[in-house]
Amino acid sequence: MNIIVEREKGLLELERRIEELRVVNASHAVDMSGEIAGLQAKYAQIQHEIFGSLTAWEKVHMARHPMRPTALDYLSALDAYDELHGDRHFRDDHAIVGGLGRLGQRNVVVIGQQRGRDTKENLLRNFGMVSPEGYRKVQRLAELAGRFGLPIVTFVDTKGADPGIGSEERAQSEAIARCLVTFAMAPVPIVATIIGEGGSGGALALAIANSVVMLEHSVYSVASPEGAAAILWSDAGKADEAAEHLKLTAADLQRFGIVDHIVPEPVGGAHRDVPGIVGRVVDTVGAILDSLASKSASELTDGRYSKYRQIGALNSERGEATESTP
Amino acid sequence: MAIPDWLRSRRTERDDSRHDAALWTKCPSCAEVLYRPDLSANLFVCTRCQHHFRMSAFDRIAMLIDGDFTEIGSNVLPSDPLTWVDKKAYPVKLATDREKSGMTEAVLCGLGSIGGHSVALGVMDFYFRGGTMGSVVGERLTLMLEAALQKRRPAIIVTASGGARMEEGMLALMQMAKISSAVARLSEARIPFLTVLTDPTTGGVSASFAFQADIIVAERKAMIGFAGRRVIEQTIRQKLPDQFQTAEFLWRRGISIALSIATNSRRFSFACCRI
Ligand SMILES: [Zn+2]
Repeated sequence: MNIIVEREKGLLELERRIEELRVVNASHAVDMSGEIAGLQAKYAQIQHEIFGSLTAWEKVHMARHPMRPTALDYLSALDAYDELHGDRHFRDDHAIVGGLGRLGQRNVVVIGQQRGRDTKENLLRNFGMVSPEGYRKVQRLAELAGRFGLPIVTFVDTKGADPGIGSEERAQSEAIARCLVTFAMAPVPIVATIIGEGGSGGALALAIANSVVMLEHSVYSVASPEGAAAILWSDAGKADEAAEHLKLTAADLQRFGIVDHIVPEPVGGAHRDVPGIVGRVVDTVGAILDSLASKSASELTDGRYSKYRQIGALNSERGEATESTP
Repeated sequence: MAIPDWLRSRRTERDDSRHDAALWTKCPSCAEVLYRPDLSANLFVCTRCQHHFRMSAFDRIAMLIDGDFTEIGSNVLPSDPLTWVDKKAYPVKLATDREKSGMTEAVLCGLGSIGGHSVALGVMDFYFRGGTMGSVVGERLTLMLEAALQKRRPAIIVTASGGARMEEGMLALMQMAKISSAVARLSEARIPFLTVLTDPTTGGVSASFAFQADIIVAERKAMIGFAGRRVIEQTIRQKLPDQFQTAEFLWRRGISIALSIATNSRRFSFACCRI
C-alpha cells in the first residue's frame, strides 16, 4: 500500500466536487464562485498539510508512486530517441531501456531503468530490477558512447538489482562491477538523474557521473528501508524509522556532496505535472551538458575521479572516536 | 618494518591473549579437534577436510608477506556521519569491534614484498563489523591502489565482507564508486590487480572491486554472491541448495575465477607479479 496514494484519495473527492461546481458555474444558472473559492482554499490547505513537508518515509512512497514519471516518460520527451536492444549475449532485459537520443542540438546515448505501472507491465519490466544482461546492455551502450564521443545521460529508478537465482548464476556482481569501471573510464560527459528510487549498487551502476541530478522527492539509499529495518531491528515494520536514519533524501545527499542538482517538484509530487517536470529535468540535463561540452576526455574522467575521491566521513586524528551512550 | 616486528607493534595485548587462550579448536565442518599451532602452520586450513577458517587480517598478512611491510592509511579512522543508533550507537559498535579484533577498521593496507616482489596489499577482516565497507575501508583501499599506481606495483586485495556498511548510509555506498574509479586508473596504467575472495564476499564489495580484478581467486567453500541468501529465499519463496553461492558454484559456471585453497594464494600472488 502506498501511503501517498491513500492520502490522495481524500483530495480526489474534493477535486471532483470543485469540478462539478465549475460546470454549474459555467452554465451561469447560479453563481457558485464563492463556494468554489472556499473549496479551493480548503483543497490548498489540505494539500499543504499532506505535502508541505514530507518525511523521509513519505518520500520513499512518493518515489514509488505508481503514477510517478518513469524513464520512458523522459526518453520520449527527447527530440529523438531510437531504442537499442539486448546485451548480444543472453537476452534483452526490459528493466533497462536505452539507445540513441537527441537532446537539444546534441546526440547522446540515453539509458534508463524502467519499472511498470501495473502488474502486466511490471512482469515485463521485472519491477525495474535489472538482471546481469541488463547491466551488460548498459556497458555495451556506455562503451558505444565512449567510442563515438557521445555524452551519456542516465535515468535511475530501481528498488535494487534483481536478486534471483538466475542473476547469481550469471554473475550479477560482475555485471554491476564492470558497469562501475566502464562509467569511471568513459571519455565522455555523464549526467545521471535519480527520478524515483535509487536502490543501492543496482542504482549506482548507472550513476557514476560528472553531475548527479535528483528530483526533490526521489530517494537514493544504501539499502531499502524495509531491508534495513529487518536487519537492524528484525522488524520490517520499523521501515519508517529506518528511512529517517538512512539519510536518503535529495537534501541530505546534496549535503554529503553526492547529489549536485535538485529539481523541485510541483506540490503533490512529480506525477501532478508530468510534462512540466519532464521538461524541467530535460532542460537541467541539457544545461549541465552545455557546461561540460568544452572539457577534454581526461578533464571529464579526472572530474569524476575527484568528485568520488572526496566522498566519505573520516576521523583523521589518531585517537579514540567519540563515544556516546546508546 | 620486518613482518614480525610489525605484527608485534600492531597487535594489542587483547588480540594476543585471544590467540593464546584456545590452544585447541574444533573444525566447524568436520568436527576434527585441531591443535592451533598446527592449524596456523597449515595456513588455517583444516588438515582433515580443507575447511578454511576465517583468518584475521594480521594472520593473512603474516601468511602472504615475507619481507617488509609498511602500513598505509593507519591514521584514517572512522567517524559517525549519520549519528546512527539502532540497538546500539554506531561508535559503541566500533569500539567493541576494535577491542574484539585488534583492528581500527575492517581493512589493513600496506606496501610489502612477497618472495622479493614488491606489491601493494589490502586485507579485509570479517571480525571488524563483518568486514563491511564504510568511508575508512574506501579511503584506505583507495590510498593503497593510488600507491600501487604511483609506484607501479601489482595490487592485491583479499576480500571478506558483508557489503556496504549500513551505519554510514550513502557515504558507504559511494565507496564502491571511489574504489572502482581507482581500479579504473590502475587498469588504464596496465598494472596487474589480483583479488582473493574469501568467506564471505557479498553485496557492495562483491559488486565492485572483488570482481574488477585481472585475476580473481576464490577460496574453496567461500560464500560469494551479490544478494544475501535470505533476500533471495524471500524473493523466490523457496529454500536454496547448500552449494548455492559458494566458490565452487561460481567456478562450475565459469564465472572467471580460479579456485584455490588458502595455501595456494601465495602462488597466485607470484603469478600476478609475473604479468
Ligand atoms: Zn575439517
